[in-house]
Amino acid sequence: MKIHEYQAKQLLRDFGVPVPNGDVADTPAAARAIAERLQGRVVVKAQVHAGGRGKAGGIKLADDAGGAEAAARQIIGMRLKTPQTPPEGIEVRKVLVEEASAVDRELYLSATLDRGRSTHVVMASEAGGMDIEEVAAKTPEKIVREWAHPALGLADFQARRLAFGLGLPGEPFKQGVTLVRNLFRLYLAKDCSLAEINPLVVTKDGRVLALDAKLGFDDNALYREKDIVALRDVNEEDPLDVEASKYGLNYIKLDGNVGCMVNGAGLAMATMDIVKLAGGEPANFLDVGGGASPEQIENAFRILSSDPSVKAVFINVFGGILRVDRLAEGVITAVRKLGLTLPVVLRAEGTNVERGKKMLADSGLALTMADDMWDGARKAVALARQAE
Amino acid sequence: MSILVDKATRVVVQGITGREGAFHAARCREYGTTVVGGVTPGKGGTIHDDFPVWNTVADAVRAAGANCALIFVPPAGAADAIMEAAGSGVPLIVCITEGIPIGDMVRVKHFLGGTQSRLIGPNCPGVITPDHTKIGIMPGHIHRAGPIGVVSRSGTLTYEVVGQLTARGLGQSTCVGIGGDPVNGTSFVDVLKLFNEDAETRGIMMIGEIGGTAEEEAAAFIKARVDKPVVGFICGQTAPPGRRMGHAGAIIAGGKGTAAEKMAALEAAGVTMVKSPADMGATVARVMGR
Repeated sequence: MKIHEYQAKQLLRDFGVPVPNGDVADTPAAARAIAERLQGRVVVKAQVHAGGRGKAGGIKLADDAGGAEAAARQIIGMRLKTPQTPPEGIEVRKVLVEEASAVDRELYLSATLDRGRSTHVVMASEAGGMDIEEVAAKTPEKIVREWAHPALGLADFQARRLAFGLGLPGEPFKQGVTLVRNLFRLYLAKDCSLAEINPLVVTKDGRVLALDAKLGFDDNALYREKDIVALRDVNEEDPLDVEASKYGLNYIKLDGNVGCMVNGAGLAMATMDIVKLAGGEPANFLDVGGGASPEQIENAFRILSSDPSVKAVFINVFGGILRVDRLAEGVITAVRKLGLTLPVVLRAEGTNVERGKKMLADSGLALTMADDMWDGARKAVALARQAE
Repeated sequence: MSILVDKATRVVVQGITGREGAFHAARCREYGTTVVGGVTPGKGGTIHDDFPVWNTVADAVRAAGANCALIFVPPAGAADAIMEAAGSGVPLIVCITEGIPIGDMVRVKHFLGGTQSRLIGPNCPGVITPDHTKIGIMPGHIHRAGPIGVVSRSGTLTYEVVGQLTARGLGQSTCVGIGGDPVNGTSFVDVLKLFNEDAETRGIMMIGEIGGTAEEEAAAFIKARVDKPVVGFICGQTAPPGRRMGHAGAIIAGGKGTAAEKMAALEAAGVTMVKSPADMGATVARVMGR
């Protein structure tokens, strides 16, 4: 799960990581009020779950409160298009207004999981403000890494090494050590998958501040992070993804026209792959799992078929646990309720498979049977093409 | 003869009084696995579906000689269940549970480092030596004993390849699901090493997916050490970057962990790569000269 920059900065503040003074606004008037309180130059920043905001016109400097109001008027309501947003962009609903900092140096600091080592890693670099993957590829010597023990945490000597790695002298060094430790404390305490400060800056008056902040959270841990779940902004997610999440379904909308309904994440990915190999494009990833109820199947089918670009549906299930008759029941209910006429291709192996196939065949659904995965993919792609 | 499990394996099921635990304990026993009973704290001394229940794994080890733990405990308690099994000296732990917080699994990995236990999973279908021992949730009837070792990060995709192999008369020595989480107990390399040393295994089918670098590590190991034929498939060739594809570990992060990178690494290590998941069985048959 992702959150907005203004929410991330509040969490950083709570854990003792310094951030610029500021507040969030959803109207130009509110932005003006914040700027009046802050006084002096301010930055007005679009709040969306995507990077690359500056180049896209989502971040503006203002000299005074009037300027802040004007900037907010331009940004709020705009559709921000960056390389990380969908092609049509994301509508900006809020802006963060904060005091402009006189920046001396830009640095990088983050905590995340090192999958290869199965433990947490904290990374620091003097090359801030850039994409860290690019830094890692071009100048790996500029990144300092310390691996933390999950129970003992980050040792003091590790925090010092990281702060030295940031090239911090004297008083800023002391601030840096505390900041590194506090960032890691936040990362662990809130089940973050990523806690990234880029850039971390040293101001001209010697303060160390998180100028930007990106926090991501482990979805598996959300059950115990109620305060984080409260920060979710469904406006930032695809409406169909949001609808699917209500029913505990693993659904991700894609751009193609062949709807896919599969049990198991690996088989669901492989089904998308084989649709592509058959010359088509998958419209979605959908894993209904092993123990899906007819109601869940019904909702899954409703959601995937409510994507207007879906022209045919490929159901591909294999397992001993998923009961094919239950799957059939859910699909039939969905089709009847919605009056759907979409062609459906079924490839099924599993418990009560014959009964399930018969139920579907007798339902009057536009059903095509497939012998195996390849046969099913080919048939679904052909039907989708006919319907276009 | 097989890897990880044999006739001497005695299974205790943690979370046996739950719906999944009870159902699958019975299916494993029907398949021929020695299931000695289960553990649910607070229900020790009771009988659940003919299985004796103990309060602790240590009790099950003492009373029934359990040497393998099969875990169905829900996510919030699953990491603790793994550590309990390891702390009780159980050498093989198979964790089926999906959805364990990643931070918990990092703690488990550190804990296991101080023990002799091997963990399979979590978020996996388990381990099966066909016609012999099933420790997990896979449908037993699709398997057949034979020369192919199967190792996979995915559950149902493993059933798919097993179905294709069995349909071509190619049985399996052992099938191991290592799980779809970013932090897991046993890696591709661990299982490849066991298959390479196992006399009965004559060929290996490996199924990877997007995310992480476990397949690249496997490729380096195969190049240096494996002398048996390996066939590989990577799912997620069409997955968009930055999205978690069902499995917590199946995510292309920062442009890394794509299917294309993994396929290239395995190909360069001499693995016969399959592009279509429908061709896995046929390719193994061809490579094995069938």
